Amino acid sequence: MAIDSDVLVVGGGLAAITAAISASREGADVRLVSHKASTLRQASGLIDALGYVPATEPATPLRDGPPTAGRELDRDEWPDPEGPLADPFEGIERLPETHPYRIVGGDALREGLDLFDELAGDAYRGSHTDRNALVPTFGGSVKPTARYPAAAEAGLASDDRPALIVGFRSLTEYDARAFAGRLEAAGVPFDVAGAEVEFAEAFRADAKVTRLAKALDHDEAIDATPAREALAKAVAPHLHDVVDETGGVDRVERVGFPAFLGDDRGDEVRAELADRLGADVFEIPMGPPSLPGLRLEDRLFDALDAEGVRFETGNPVVGIETESDGRVETVAVDRNGRETPYGADAFVLATGGLVGKGLDSDREGVREPVFDLHVEQPADRYEWFVDDAFGDQPYARFGVRPDERARPVGGDGEAQYPNVFAAGGVVGGADAAREKSASGVSLATGIVAGRQAATEATQ
Amino acid sequence: MTRDTDDETDGTGAQSDESEGRASPGVPTAGRDEQPSISVPDDGEAPEADATTGHGESPAAGDSAERPATDGGVESATGGSESTELDPDAYDPVDVFPGGDLDLRDGADSCYKCTSCDTACPVAEVDDEFPGPKFQGPEQWRLKRKDDHDIDESITSCSNCMRCDDACPSSVPLSQMHNEARGQFVESQMEKLSVEYVRNRILANYHTSARLASVFPRTASFAMNFGPVRWVMEKAMGIPKERDFPEFATETFREWWKARGGAQVENPDKRVAYFHGCYSNYNTPEVGKAMVRVYEHFGYEVMVPPQKCSGTPMFANGMLKDARRHAETNVESLIEAIGEGADVIASCTSCSMSLRQEYPELFDIHGIEDVSEHTYEALEYLRINEDLQGELADARLADEQSFAYHAPCHARNQGLSRQAVETFRDVDGVTMEDVGDSCSGISGTYGWKEEKYEKSMEIGEEMFEHMEDAEGDVGMTECPTCAMQMEHGTGYEIKHPLQLLEETVGA
Repeated sequence: MAIDSDVLVVGGGLAAITAAISASREGADVRLVSHKASTLRQASGLIDALGYVPATEPATPLRDGPPTAGRELDRDEWPDPEGPLADPFEGIERLPETHPYRIVGGDALREGLDLFDELAGDAYRGSHTDRNALVPTFGGSVKPTARYPAAAEAGLASDDRPALIVGFRSLTEYDARAFAGRLEAAGVPFDVAGAEVEFAEAFRADAKVTRLAKALDHDEAIDATPAREALAKAVAPHLHDVVDETGGVDRVERVGFPAFLGDDRGDEVRAELADRLGADVFEIPMGPPSLPGLRLEDRLFDALDAEGVRFETGNPVVGIETESDGRVETVAVDRNGRETPYGADAFVLATGGLVGKGLDSDREGVREPVFDLHVEQPADRYEWFVDDAFGDQPYARFGVRPDERARPVGGDGEAQYPNVFAAGGVVGGADAAREKSASGVSLATGIVAGRQAATEATQ
Repeated sequence: MTRDTDDETDGTGAQSDESEGRASPGVPTAGRDEQPSISVPDDGEAPEADATTGHGESPAAGDSAERPATDGGVESATGGSESTELDPDAYDPVDVFPGGDLDLRDGADSCYKCTSCDTACPVAEVDDEFPGPKFQGPEQWRLKRKDDHDIDESITSCSNCMRCDDACPSSVPLSQMHNEARGQFVESQMEKLSVEYVRNRILANYHTSARLASVFPRTASFAMNFGPVRWVMEKAMGIPKERDFPEFATETFREWWKARGGAQVENPDKRVAYFHGCYSNYNTPEVGKAMVRVYEHFGYEVMVPPQKCSGTPMFANGMLKDARRHAETNVESLIEAIGEGADVIASCTSCSMSLRQEYPELFDIHGIEDVSEHTYEALEYLRINEDLQGELADARLADEQSFAYHAPCHARNQGLSRQAVETFRDVDGVTMEDVGDSCSGISGTYGWKEEKYEKSMEIGEEMFEHMEDAEGDVGMTECPTCAMQMEHGTGYEIKHPLQLLEETVGA
């Protein structure tokens, strides 16, 4: 006997959740199975759609042969990526034909973003326009993104109010002064200063962001001063640190913190700090694992629950059983050594890419381990990459190739299984890191895969 | 790549005589500075430690003392049931560390320091002294390859909730590393006459105290919660006086089982062996009775094999030798039941977790893999093998009730955190609300230590708040110690999903 549903989604990230909700809204009974806690906690919490169109060809033609034939090319002979794009939709047609956006279409991206807006509610901003927002990230760069947490709103780089960036010695990966310097170098239209303040010193040297967030959530006493007050007091002496072009001193109108301003009560923490400082307060999205990612995970899993989708995390899907007509009948879920069959009429694979372990690789090749789907790749692994680390890396686009219904196709271009669909990072064709398109690809392919799976299941 | 092949030929062919002295690719060997570390010395090697092994009979202890343990009471970590027949010359990863440590290098190497485990850790969120699971696991494991590094004392602050396992995207065996480090710390660095050690030993061996208490259950329930006694316990033992000791049942589950004449259903095709654990036996036999009635309702023959503690509280206190002794008994009797066609069912998610994951990770006992593979949680097993949804489609709960459900951390790792909510979602008269993914904070014996009590309640605060926000005023969870904490923090009555299932299917 199998555990049955109309649609079974394998994965736990943004693509899987989008597919599950989209299938559920088509009337399907949906179950989501994820090996580990959601990878959303690894995410910055920014929802990017398309920020850049990177060049796939060098300015001067390559010598004949594999990609490596061009590896001696000077980096300067590659055109810079086009961007940052003001409008992600406008860039889609300049992407390669094998890009998921070209396959599922710009409308799918729009619908995916609409669904996200509905699920994220007032916790997110950016839905009022098609245009990208420019959000400073913790490395000091400015990222074009379609949606951003409300907590990051006051930090937009298009805002010209002077800003103070607050840092802490114990957060070694985040240097406020260097950050401010990089923003200035990037030519942001506002005056900015960075200051390292004493606050985190009350905690252990490698305190987790969750520890700091919890202390602010609960306004824990720090040396007899409530945490929020203590933090505001530490920042207050630096409110006039910003020096403008003429050497004049401005009082800052907004203050940026690393993203640890509370977890459950983030809005409350930000409001109190803003009140105490007399300036807007914003969070700067951090590297993984990040609180904005954790907060988004909580919100989206609540949405799954509200939608009636059943979900479980903790056990991997390790194999499949097919019927004689080539349809997948069940997948095997490994429960501590015993395989339990989970049956469905349609399946959505949303297990992530090489980083998310939805793709597996060794010296012999790159594989999709659950359904063993076709992953196109050069036979010689020296052709998987080029020397320029930031160049057009072939491996970055590895993944399953979908048809317009988001069904992975084999080497012959035909759908491999009539009832298997794919979404998110496991889908190849996008260089998400260079394009800044990871969330958008998950949303666009997720909504199509979910809808098509529901159609397939309820036919 | 042709070049690679040539190298290999040179290494393994032409110079094969010297190959012993060379590092072979893919087969790590101990570096010059690496010393084997043994988590718990074999019983035979550490007679002075045996003086403190006062609790409980141990029929298997003599047996294990005669065999050399390769991993400190843990024997070989890889040999499986055939370990005694292994050819000593054959390749065995454990040989990498000749002293017999568990070879966790693979796991340590899989860690790319993403820190997901740290942000999932409920202790690191409240405790400034605790460096988090990443340090306790892979980092400490590497550190202790050097002989001048002790295990950091902070390992005793790990509550063994195992959330790090679920959070790790690389399947680093964090809890296994913690268990081993804790075992080593307790064995080699903890003062055996200290109040803390004795207190932990008593907490870990709840099985023993509960067995004694259940002889005079009413007296024990009274005495354990009597004010002056508790004051003394806190001062002398470090057991926080705020906590109420659980009541002991006047009739244990096993006494009930015997009195009713054992199984009422015989069915050689559908058999389950019930691992009731200590708590369902001594404190909440109604959970065990519900299990029996529900399973008999579905036509199962229930077996109740002899059993001891699953080991969960012993792992959490680094008492690996105690845990191993109990495991030997459990494996022996469960493997016998499995031989008779049964699967093993536990109603406590920590018991099922232990039998499934910790047993094969920490011990090499004949048949232990079989026990692991045949073990399920009670509701999980029915959901896999019976049409529970169909059965419950027309069911209704006579007296409407809303429940505030908390998923135990150990249920999470088994993929069970949502099963109760999903099972009862469509049952008439039942409203069940998931109170979120926070940890209850008690983590078995953790919250029973005076120095951890405040932290335990701080961790639990989010759950208490969510429970109070929820519509229901009856709590629900699979884990007995979570239930204690839920009751302690909210005053709610707490039920087990099996009890609700019993009521709804009319078993």
